[in-house]
Amino acid sequence: MIAGEGLEKRYGGKRVLRGVSFVLPRRGFLLVTGPNGSGKTTLLRLLAGLAAPTKGSIRVEGDRGDLGFLGHEPMLYRELTALENLELFGRLYRVAERRERSGMLLERFGLWDVRSDRVSTFSRGMVQRLALCRTLLHDPALLVLDEPFTALDEAGAALLDGELAALTGDRTIVLSTHDPQRVAALATERLVLA
Amino acid sequence: MSALSLYTSDVVALARKDLRLELRARDTLPAMLLFVLSTLAVFHFALPTGTGADAAYGLLWIAIVFTALLGLGRAWAPEREGGALEALVLAPCDRSAIWLGKTLATLAFLAAAELVALPAFALFFAPLDLVAVAGVVLASIGICAVGSLLAAMAAASRGREVILPLLFLPLVIPLVVGGVGAGISPDGAAFLSFLGLYDLVFAILAWATFEYVVTE
Amino acid sequence: MSSRNNLPLLAFTTAGLLGLAVVLALLVAPEDANQGVSQRIFYFHVPIALTAYACFGLGAWKALRLLWVGGERRDLESYTWIHQGTIFGALTLITGSIWAKASWGVWWSWGSNQLVLFLVLFLFYCAYFMLRFSIDEGARRERICAVYALFGVALIPVSFFAIRLASDFIHPTVFTRAGPQMTHTMFGAFVVSWAAITLLAYVMYRVELSGKRADSNLRDLREALS
Repeated sequence: MIAGEGLEKRYGGKRVLRGVSFVLPRRGFLLVTGPNGSGKTTLLRLLAGLAAPTKGSIRVEGDRGDLGFLGHEPMLYRELTALENLELFGRLYRVAERRERSGMLLERFGLWDVRSDRVSTFSRGMVQRLALCRTLLHDPALLVLDEPFTALDEAGAALLDGELAALTGDRTIVLSTHDPQRVAALATERLVLA
Repeated sequence: MSALSLYTSDVVALARKDLRLELRARDTLPAMLLFVLSTLAVFHFALPTGTGADAAYGLLWIAIVFTALLGLGRAWAPEREGGALEALVLAPCDRSAIWLGKTLATLAFLAAAELVALPAFALFFAPLDLVAVAGVVLASIGICAVGSLLAAMAAASRGREVILPLLFLPLVIPLVVGGVGAGISPDGAAFLSFLGLYDLVFAILAWATFEYVVTE
Repeated sequence: MSSRNNLPLLAFTTAGLLGLAVVLALLVAPEDANQGVSQRIFYFHVPIALTAYACFGLGAWKALRLLWVGGERRDLESYTWIHQGTIFGALTLITGSIWAKASWGVWWSWGSNQLVLFLVLFLFYCAYFMLRFSIDEGARRERICAVYALFGVALIPVSFFAIRLASDFIHPTVFTRAGPQMTHTMFGAFVVSWAAITLLAYVMYRVELSGKRADSNLRDLREALS
């Protein structure tokens, strides 16, 4: 369950978010849309706890271990291999049977063959897929995904569609996108930022 | 797993990650090694004949401090490049473990540079006794403990590499005093105790406050 | 906010006290047997140094409160105290240098532990400003500056010991200057001066802080209107 009340975020002189309020019940799916610069990324970072609101308040149920965040940056180590990245984050996120789970996710997202290659050798789409693996690694109850379809090719996007369909109704999801048609059917709430 | 052993394994995993990255990239450590040797060579030409061993010993510390700065400037680079620091911050592990892992890795690199620098110094200038070496060890701990936190601060600023020396040098002055004193003064033990005190105070402070440097 | 109203009164009191302090220090207090006229600077140099320490300490306290409790207010307060501390630190260096010139004939002496300590602190706190103005405004900047302020206050005693150790062994003190044995009149002049300078620092703090708050309020208003 997430509740935001009168959220404002100011960076220096510029106000990026003004007076945003919403409530998302558990296992709901919040779709966040809006033009460039409307503050989608800022809002999601506030929800993830990576930034603090200038005004207003947020309540998010659960602690850090329950959160899976996918941002604009992949949040991976470029010179480690895919497996090594997932191994490290698996340990830090206290994932049970992390080897098995890493392998399963890599396979699911079509990265099994490149599991021992360094991330710096990946294409942008492959990096995004690995970032998704990292996000889902610890099976979080709350998923905050900032434009997750970025850079994914058709195959990758289809994989993500499948994941989202499977997780909807079972996890709480907040997703921002430029292409709302794709996931509109899954969303239970919508928030349009101006 | 108990909380302490969990914490320890986090720290070890993070430090090993840094060592592994350096072994692959091989950019920071060779630079530090070459830098420290070149600096010692420059010192020879900078010191007129007849300069005592004591003055040369002082310069060793300048070499160590600036070599450490070189390493510290790159300490958080892997986290910055892929945005991984945020993933670490979001993880359920203690934020101070991030600092401790990074400090231990940086200490390993600095120790490697010193393993080259100290024999070179003994060869080029003057021999070193055990107290002097103990001083180097203790001061290095303080350098890395404080330096990795300051480097994280610098990473958040627009100034980046430029601001790190400004933050680092005033804080390192007591360490230089301790290290030089341990080497040249008759009462080396007093300086070693002082270095231990500095390490204790600032390591605890860095450990406790790192969380606030990387979160909002 | 009734405390705002007493600022003009405080300012007048400060001016008065300072005037009194100058008179006492320069005219009324007896001349020191050993050092002569130059010793009179002591009546200002030492209170200025003590005030600088107090400002840094208060800046660190506000910083600690910021980390514990939070609030943009404390960030401004911490910053303003540190700003005052740096100003008074610079004044310490200047008055100390003048005193050194008058006592020993040199503008700077590494043998003066006090001067050296303030040099280190001055460098440290100058870096505070460089750090502060190189980070974009926001919660991140507040926290980083607060942590740095805490490091500063830890540095003060540690540096003090370091410099003491250094001056004993590495740079043996050539010149010594014992604190004057104070007679009652001297002590009186010292206390007045200390009170005046402490009050001056407080008044400057209040003035600067209200300026910063006004800035912040003005910006909030602009935001609300646009």
